[in-house]
Amino acid sequence: MKSRLSLSVNGEAHDVLVPVHKTLLEVLREDLGLIGTKHGCELGECGTCTVLVDGEPVLSCLALPADLAGREILTVEGMADGGRLHPLQQAFAELGAAQCGYCTPGILVTAKALLADRPNPTRQAIKEALAGNLCRCTGYTKILDAVELAALRMGQNGLMGQGGFIAPTANQTGQGGLTSPIVGRRRPGEGAPTANPI
Amino acid sequence: MNKQFTVVGQPLPKIDAWAKVVGETKYADDLVLPRMAYGRLLRSPHGHALIRSIDVSRARELAGVYAVITAADLPRVKFGILPVSQDEEALCSEKVRMVGDAVAAVAAVDEETAERACRLIEVAYEPLPALMSIEEALARPEVRIHEYGDGPNVHKNVALQFGDVEAAFAASDLVREDVFFYEGNTHLPMEQHAAVAHATPDGKLTLWSSTQTPHYVHRLLPRILDMPAAHIRVIAAPVGGGFGGKLDPFAHEIAACRLSQLTGRPVKIACSREEVFYIHRGRHPVLMWIKTGFTKAGDITGCHLKTWLDGGAYGSYGVASTFYTGVINPVTYKMPVYKFEGARVFTNKPPCGPKRGHGTPQPRFALECQLDKAAEQLGLDPAEMRTRILAEPYTKTANHLTVTTIGLGECIDRVVDASGWREKRAKPRGQGPRRRGVGIAASAYMTGAGTAIYWNSMPHSGVVLRADRSGCVAVLCGATDIGQGSDSILAYLPAEVLGIDPKDVHVHPADTSLTPVDLGSYSSRVTLMCGMAAIQAAGRLRDVIAKAVARKLEVDPGELAFRDRKVGVPDQWERAVTFAQAVELAEAMHGVLAFAGSYAPPKRAGKYKGGGVGPSPCYSYSACVVELSVDEETGGVELHDVWIAHDIGRALNPLLVEGQVEGSVYMGIGEALMEGQVFREGLHKQPSMLDYKSPTTLETPDIHTLLVETDDPEGPFGAKEAGQGPLLPVPPAIANAIYHAVGVRCDEVPITPEMILKGLELLRKGKPARVGPEKIPLFKFKEPVAVESAFGQPADAVAARPFQSC
Repeated sequence: MKSRLSLSVNGEAHDVLVPVHKTLLEVLREDLGLIGTKHGCELGECGTCTVLVDGEPVLSCLALPADLAGREILTVEGMADGGRLHPLQQAFAELGAAQCGYCTPGILVTAKALLADRPNPTRQAIKEALAGNLCRCTGYTKILDAVELAALRMGQNGLMGQGGFIAPTANQTGQGGLTSPIVGRRRPGEGAPTANPI
Repeated sequence: MNKQFTVVGQPLPKIDAWAKVVGETKYADDLVLPRMAYGRLLRSPHGHALIRSIDVSRARELAGVYAVITAADLPRVKFGILPVSQDEEALCSEKVRMVGDAVAAVAAVDEETAERACRLIEVAYEPLPALMSIEEALARPEVRIHEYGDGPNVHKNVALQFGDVEAAFAASDLVREDVFFYEGNTHLPMEQHAAVAHATPDGKLTLWSSTQTPHYVHRLLPRILDMPAAHIRVIAAPVGGGFGGKLDPFAHEIAACRLSQLTGRPVKIACSREEVFYIHRGRHPVLMWIKTGFTKAGDITGCHLKTWLDGGAYGSYGVASTFYTGVINPVTYKMPVYKFEGARVFTNKPPCGPKRGHGTPQPRFALECQLDKAAEQLGLDPAEMRTRILAEPYTKTANHLTVTTIGLGECIDRVVDASGWREKRAKPRGQGPRRRGVGIAASAYMTGAGTAIYWNSMPHSGVVLRADRSGCVAVLCGATDIGQGSDSILAYLPAEVLGIDPKDVHVHPADTSLTPVDLGSYSSRVTLMCGMAAIQAAGRLRDVIAKAVARKLEVDPGELAFRDRKVGVPDQWERAVTFAQAVELAEAMHGVLAFAGSYAPPKRAGKYKGGGVGPSPCYSYSACVVELSVDEETGGVELHDVWIAHDIGRALNPLLVEGQVEGSVYMGIGEALMEGQVFREGLHKQPSMLDYKSPTTLETPDIHTLLVETDDPEGPFGAKEAGQGPLLPVPPAIANAIYHAVGVRCDEVPITPEMILKGLELLRKGKPARVGPEKIPLFKFKEPVAVESAFGQPADAVAARPFQSC
């Protein structure tokens, strides 16, 4: 039994014909080709499939599209503004916050919702906001660093009202020569290795 | 090699980071092919049972079902990742050995139909007793899980002896015997395993899979599917987390291949989270008895270690795992004589195998906790004691392993300084129910296994590097990026050699039809081995380009520098040609510019049976201090800070190294305090991410990473491994910190609040406050292979490698 649903995803209207029991996760991935949203458990346990519905994080593996008519859904594919990455995406790439990258889309949109609510979150607030998103690669450290860096840049650019986008860096576009990106929160003396010739 | 680096040492983003942050990376389950069918596996609900019959007729009749297969549809061969343990079937034919063993597979129009069809398959089982522990497996020899091995339900029984440990103990000032248990746990990668197989009408087959080792899968499939290797192509999709859990050939991969051959359609099988818990191949539960002798000054006089591994239902990497519980401990401290006995036992649980640290975190936990106890008895500071007894660089260990550089002394000094160790150890442990403590541990790990899993004299890693007139360089290598950044390393190192930007390098990894073999992402081997191959290939390209540019500029090739995308003589840099022009000159002179690089580790296996496990080109070292609080009322542990120093040799990209170290620390925390793959009444107790507890942002403390560089002559530009070693000191450092906080010795992980409360209760009663295993199995180990200790002998020649000429 299929039904026709109208969904607004990343600012675009879609009509889909799907069985009513199909989850938002399945519709996004299988019917709309938005594979950026991942699945880690399909039981609402890991946060990997998080998307935003009207700006709030929602586990798409537990959400039914039939309930979402008229609501605005945002996936990782909708974060960048054309070719311009969202500051969170930029910071995650620059700081190594994505290792295998599988949890990254869910964490990015969750962090986006946090920064919309709290432009200058404390590290503890970031931890609490991301506590429902498991990551097995990073130990979370660089993820927290990246959210802090993005918040800092969005504040500095005074662009919160305009979505907080920043221009692509030379490193990303390849216009520069040998590049050395900005690295945030490298604690003095901790990042620089010392030589110990034996 | 010139040590003025331009790319090496820079905190560059990974080359695949941009695709990952926009959601474009295509993992195996993101692949969709025209006409693709979806598969599901039917798995056993019994831990141990004979298969009397399988009736698939009702499933085949279901609308939308394309094919249903059982063991009868596959060649009757058993396979396994190790040549000595060929004990698996993709679909079980006569017997299931665990809950989750696959018995049939379906391909259908969609996953839901495939699932429905699975439920229509009727399997008649005759249940057998399921053996769920080492004790049970040894106590019931009449119930045989497998017909092979070193005894009833004993997969492997090994014993190695290097010198007279009893004489060493007799001459010691202190001899300690301790028993430890390290619970099994699982990798829990965020990505569930998935595979897409496409058999084409020309009789060929392509498999895309979330695998860490496309080469070994490619090597095993021909026998499993009875078709020529030359007609099979295996491509590793970007892997959404591996940690060792995607290193075997799996039932879903094989079933997808066979179903594709039968249906003439591409077939995808994506495993559910519950299935991933059954696929497992994770950390072995290991029971350990360790006896070590010490002098008054804290020197180790000798060590005798016994390990019992609960292997689960199949061999997997278990023979290697068994050796690994014994062979790596001696590379950390001076250990003049050493004896190791180990046994791996089959049980009716998902098979254990390689998880981050493969077999070594367990004995590391035992040794480091025991050192803490010995230090206390001897009145020594546990940090200073370790610093005093470090192994000597460029020597051999008792068990004939060659060690090169050792940065562990500096690692210990740096975590001691950064953590304020001395002040915190001296301070009282706090007032009220919350007691603070600090603990320390150290460790070592190999940078790549010195031998392949099958005997051969070929390269362990190969790179083909092709330069194009555009100035772009393509790198082809079988290495598999599982998030650790191997694709990026393959861009950075040629860019460094050729003086170009990593962005100018296009990396094509992990495709058995296109890329030279790399053995896979395991044993922390990839950066070193594919890195060395990439440097060799880039060096060969550089030589040819230099010859052509030298002729053009009428200079000697040796005068040329490669930097800033130019090639020229440094003091006539205005005459330098661009890299793209240099490639044109070279291509005109030489023809197509494609060069290969190969790497195989130095042959240093000890000349005794079993000597092939443990040798590595070089070893990384880590030291860790943990600060935590223990709540004496609840037994709860709160971690505050972890300081970890890691001897990385050289940080090719400090950002990536830190990421590996932080991830290792995190995983060690999970193993120490919450993660356990445990069973109840024959069933997995918690095959879900909600019930299998792993640390979230809230349980993960601040991790302070300190990198120590030793510039190892064996590694690419001096680099060693980072992906596994830093996990090892974390669990014992936590256990030692808990003792410092509340005086309770937890000789078992995961350490639960119940264990701490039990210890505190013992303490109140004036009894020894130790919680952990009380007894060891009655078990007869083999007569040991007795070899003289090689302790202190000079290292074998460094950096003498095959494949240097051609």
